[in-house]
Amino acid sequence: MPVTLNSVVQVVIFMVVLLLLTKPMGLYLTTVFEGRKNWLTPALRPVEHLFYKLCGIDPEEEHKWTGYVIAMLVFSLVGMLLLYLFERTQQWLPFNPQGLSNVEQGLAFNTSASFTTNTNWQFYTGETTMSYLTQMAGLAFHNFVSAATGIVLAVALIRGLTRRSAQTLGNFWVDLTRCTLYVLLPLSIIGALFYVSQGMIQNFNAYVTVHTLDGVTQTIAMGPVASQEFIKNLGTNGGGFFNANSAHPFENPNALTNLIIMLSVLILPAGLFYMFGKMVKDTRQGWVLWAASAILLVVGMSVLLVAEQTGNPMIAHAGVNQSVTSTQVGGNMEGKEVRFGITDSAMFNTISTAASCGCVNSFIDSYTPLGGLVPLANIGLGEIVFGGVGSGLYGMLMFAIIAVFIAGLMVGRTPEYLGKKIERKEIMMAALALLILPASILGFTAVASVLPQGVASISNAGPHGLSEMLYAYTSANGNNGSAMAGLLGSPYWNWTMGMAMLIGRFAFLIPILAFAGSLAQKRVVPAGLGTFPTNGPLFVGLLIGVILIVGALTYFPVYSLGPIVEHLLMQAGKTF
Amino acid sequence: MSINQIQQPEANIELETKAWKTRRKGEISIFDPRIIRRAIPDSFKKLDPRVQLKNPVMFVVEVGSTITTIEFIRLLFAQPSGAFTADQLVAERWFVLAVAIWLWFTVVFANFAEAMAEGRGKAQADTLRKARSTTMARRLNSREHDSATTLVSAPELRKGDYVLVEAGDVIPGDGEVVEGVASVDESAITGESAPVIRESGGDRSAVTGGTRVLSDWIVVQITANPGETFLDRMIALVEGAKRQKTPNEIALNILIASLTIIFVLVVVTLEPFAIYSGQAVSVTTLIALLVCLIPTTIGGLLSAIGIAGMDRMVQRNVLAMSGRAVEAAGDVDVLLLDKTGTITIGNRMATRFVPLKGVEEREVAHAAMLSSLSDETPEGRSIVVLARERYGFTDEIDPALTFVPFSATTRMSGVDRLNGSNEPIQSVRKGAGESIERFVWEQGGETSAELQEIVTSIARVGSTPLVVAETATNGNGKQARVLGVIELKDIVKSGMRERFDQLQRMGIRTIMITGDNPLTAAAIAKEAGVDDFLAQATPETKMQLIKEQQQGGRLVAMTGDGTNDAPALAQADVGVAMNTGTQAAKEAANMVDLDSNPTKLIEVVEVGKQLLITRGALTTFSIANDVAKYFAIIPAAFAVTYPQLNALNIMGLATPHSAVLSAVIFNALVIIALIPLALRGIKYRPIGAGPLLRRNLLIYGLGGIIVPFIGIKLIDLILVALHLTL
Repeated sequence: MPVTLNSVVQVVIFMVVLLLLTKPMGLYLTTVFEGRKNWLTPALRPVEHLFYKLCGIDPEEEHKWTGYVIAMLVFSLVGMLLLYLFERTQQWLPFNPQGLSNVEQGLAFNTSASFTTNTNWQFYTGETTMSYLTQMAGLAFHNFVSAATGIVLAVALIRGLTRRSAQTLGNFWVDLTRCTLYVLLPLSIIGALFYVSQGMIQNFNAYVTVHTLDGVTQTIAMGPVASQEFIKNLGTNGGGFFNANSAHPFENPNALTNLIIMLSVLILPAGLFYMFGKMVKDTRQGWVLWAASAILLVVGMSVLLVAEQTGNPMIAHAGVNQSVTSTQVGGNMEGKEVRFGITDSAMFNTISTAASCGCVNSFIDSYTPLGGLVPLANIGLGEIVFGGVGSGLYGMLMFAIIAVFIAGLMVGRTPEYLGKKIERKEIMMAALALLILPASILGFTAVASVLPQGVASISNAGPHGLSEMLYAYTSANGNNGSAMAGLLGSPYWNWTMGMAMLIGRFAFLIPILAFAGSLAQKRVVPAGLGTFPTNGPLFVGLLIGVILIVGALTYFPVYSLGPIVEHLLMQAGKTF
Repeated sequence: MSINQIQQPEANIELETKAWKTRRKGEISIFDPRIIRRAIPDSFKKLDPRVQLKNPVMFVVEVGSTITTIEFIRLLFAQPSGAFTADQLVAERWFVLAVAIWLWFTVVFANFAEAMAEGRGKAQADTLRKARSTTMARRLNSREHDSATTLVSAPELRKGDYVLVEAGDVIPGDGEVVEGVASVDESAITGESAPVIRESGGDRSAVTGGTRVLSDWIVVQITANPGETFLDRMIALVEGAKRQKTPNEIALNILIASLTIIFVLVVVTLEPFAIYSGQAVSVTTLIALLVCLIPTTIGGLLSAIGIAGMDRMVQRNVLAMSGRAVEAAGDVDVLLLDKTGTITIGNRMATRFVPLKGVEEREVAHAAMLSSLSDETPEGRSIVVLARERYGFTDEIDPALTFVPFSATTRMSGVDRLNGSNEPIQSVRKGAGESIERFVWEQGGETSAELQEIVTSIARVGSTPLVVAETATNGNGKQARVLGVIELKDIVKSGMRERFDQLQRMGIRTIMITGDNPLTAAAIAKEAGVDDFLAQATPETKMQLIKEQQQGGRLVAMTGDGTNDAPALAQADVGVAMNTGTQAAKEAANMVDLDSNPTKLIEVVEVGKQLLITRGALTTFSIANDVAKYFAIIPAAFAVTYPQLNALNIMGLATPHSAVLSAVIFNALVIIALIPLALRGIKYRPIGAGPLLRRNLLIYGLGGIIVPFIGIKLIDLILVALHLTL
């Protein structure tokens, strides 16, 4: 067994801490979205109401699902335009000590779409492309509001599930304000201060040039990193300040920050599961989703860990010892930080792709084929293993609906979830939501794989090249943003990936809100002995089964031609 | 008057229960050779693309079959070229032909399933049509039965016409009996050979066209024009001519259509990936993969399941006016059951004699029996039976006894024994407590507090106390005294408790509807084991109860037969009208029970659940099947590009061609194999949703993953043994 006790202990500690944080976070979120008082209310209430007054929002007014969608789309579009303008004009704006020039059209579009959709795919190198102003006012702004948008949409869906014979789903502007003000900002402020204490930088200085002991000069990039780092992970955004993302010592200085980053990625998705249970008045409903996620997460971590720790047999054949000894970590260390090693890299990247974060502390392009399959599959499933903030919950709920619909009939009743009948309209919307992601992922990848403009950007041949393209579109559609690397930016990729991100976010969200709107109008059937139980271990198993089978059926062929055959070829002594 | 007669109601229940469980005579089996003979040509007729278009999954298969067939024709004219040797060409031709044939079979098999499901209904419709076509009628010129008649054929009759029907005649159309009483053989409609009585007035006045009068005569006013009669509707229903997809079926269709779209995408995008990887995959293999992946099993059987569900209702003699109602039956949360006739036998029966202090039970029994000898009410008869049973009295009606019938003013009945000079020497009276007390006082007797206690205690348990008193003239003169009390009990039908327990396990609440006072109602509700009751019910309170339940999100089912039940029947989600009931009730309901058996509701619910379970199980099975098919086809499809992928060929299938073919053959055969299950339905077990789900998930989910691995391997072994590996 290539896995060490040390690895097991780390995974266990992480899961236990996450478990302990889930309930308090969930309770706090519940107070925020039910509009109840919490310990921040005295301080923030006046601020909140000032916002409403300034923006002319009536906090009592509620939207129908269509109103909610329109508000969300308008808000996102305006935000996207703002970011685009920042990028296109940054050389004339302040806070640009390095005098970085304006970003070119395609890249600016790609980046605007990327940050608006909570994807944070980066076809650029942060330290040489974006000014401090663009980073802070343009990118970090979206780190807050794109996260808030995801969360409030999940809240709207929960309202659809819990309200009876109702027309409205809440007020988008109020939800957005409360989410940002009560949840994201306070946590990010505390987090940023903590990061500074751990050695993360926070300044507006020009880059520092140093003369190294080797006698060469090196430019060390500076910037307001800490203030951006916490929300990058808390909001499952993942777009790094620096190109090296969380492998950069200024973005992830030590083992403790590494742990905090991993926790901050999952804390909101996990808390939202609990909040869901609380709001539907049966916390077990939330824990069921939590348990299904936790099992899939640990399985993913284990596969990745074993694959990386086993390493490449070709290296072993060449006489190199890859096993764990007292003096070496063994396994495949290519593309990994020696500060973190295999375990922390495997955990970090599983978490980052299970959630829609996409930050990395090691490079997936250098993983073994099966190791790389884990992040790919995590995103391909729709990032529902805890998932992105909000998006994880609504994605998971869509799977729950499909599971209930397929298997629910087997108890002899037409399918219902939380007392709401799942009928024609609901199943159409759920199916549409689940259809859009694979359609877009497979469609874009298929076109790219046979177009010269597509294959021109990949840096490896054969199955590994296919994996790179597939990974890029999977990441874009899933709004994850992690990159396998090895893919060079080009106008073709800038524009198609930008579109994929917008499809993955908005074409996915609209059916979900339509679904919520339709459910809100329904009555609730009280649960009885004959009701399909969705709050026990049996449902956890069913849910995992449906997720894996639907995922496997969709992606098995293309994964066979990518990571799976690459793995088999590697066993036979051929790499790409 | 014999004991047998009184116990008859109970005996009837036994008979009824038996009738549901065992097949009735003349019933056609699902796999009757006649049905199969008819289904085979039908399954080819249904290949018409216009028919297939209604079923997206099978339409895709048909398109795939056509493309593969065209591909075969192309290969017939192709010449070996370059790397494609003559031998390879021949092998490829055979392979494509085999795939094409099996794909066509897949569509035919699905059509066959549907044709089989329709078969029994069509056969039944044929029988019904015979009853309709040959009838002649005697139309009366007026309502009077002795007015002049004209002989007309049944289709000429219109609403409002009066017809005279005599012994031996077939009733020409639906109507109401306006005069006369007759025994009618309704077996043409119900399959039940025992004749029923139809008479004017009341709730037994409706007659159905196509049934036969056995004795006497009746005048019938026609209530339906030709083409709109019950028989016409029944023919249309059993034949499934106007079958519409039910809501859940539509939703399921959307889901499997979505899955089909996903798999079309998966297969279509596979070709560019294959080209990128080095070599394109043949169209035939891609189509084989597509057909294996799309949910053909459930897609092919879905409509058969729905038709079979309706058919199962018909076999239980319930006509569901729409498939929607059958589906709703599975969802029912609350059953409203009338107490009288459904839960209880309908008549109260004497169960006990309670003597007052100083009186022997025997005395009470004897007096009670005397007073009831000529009492023809069921209650009266039951008193006689009980007394004779207990004490072996042999008294019969004799001239010395003068009976005093029940009157509304005295509110008691009884008997006087006269001496030779026609003077009463003994009078026995039975009646309600207050009336008897008054009688005793008037005769100079006294009553005690003890009597009051007994009366109250009997009333409290839901029984009816009937007080017995006598006046006797002897040496001491005239003496009036209360002897005791007869307990008349509402007898709960045997087996009801078990049925209600079963309903409880199914998660269905039962509410008993009764006109009784709350005290009586509560006692009977407790004895029968129903969850709740509505006492002193009126049509209005009943309606209100239904609305309240529905407001709470529950689906309500009820039975009814009277005209005043009609609004409630219409309001209920599942309303079952008795065939003996009035026209209004039948029109308001969405089901009609030809046996007029109110407890049938429980079976209706079971059939509904069975339908839904069958659908869910086959959907789960169908999707789970796909896992194995990937392991068969993917390594085969890329055998040339990536021989290493053979590591995924965990079934060890012989050659790429045999692997693809085995998967396609399995996919087609599994439809045939599951037809019996689809038609008979999966048994519903009232074990609660959790255990039921666990069980079905294990069988159809896990089983669905494992079975195709075995099946495909077996087919591959057979292909190898027959040297058909190409």
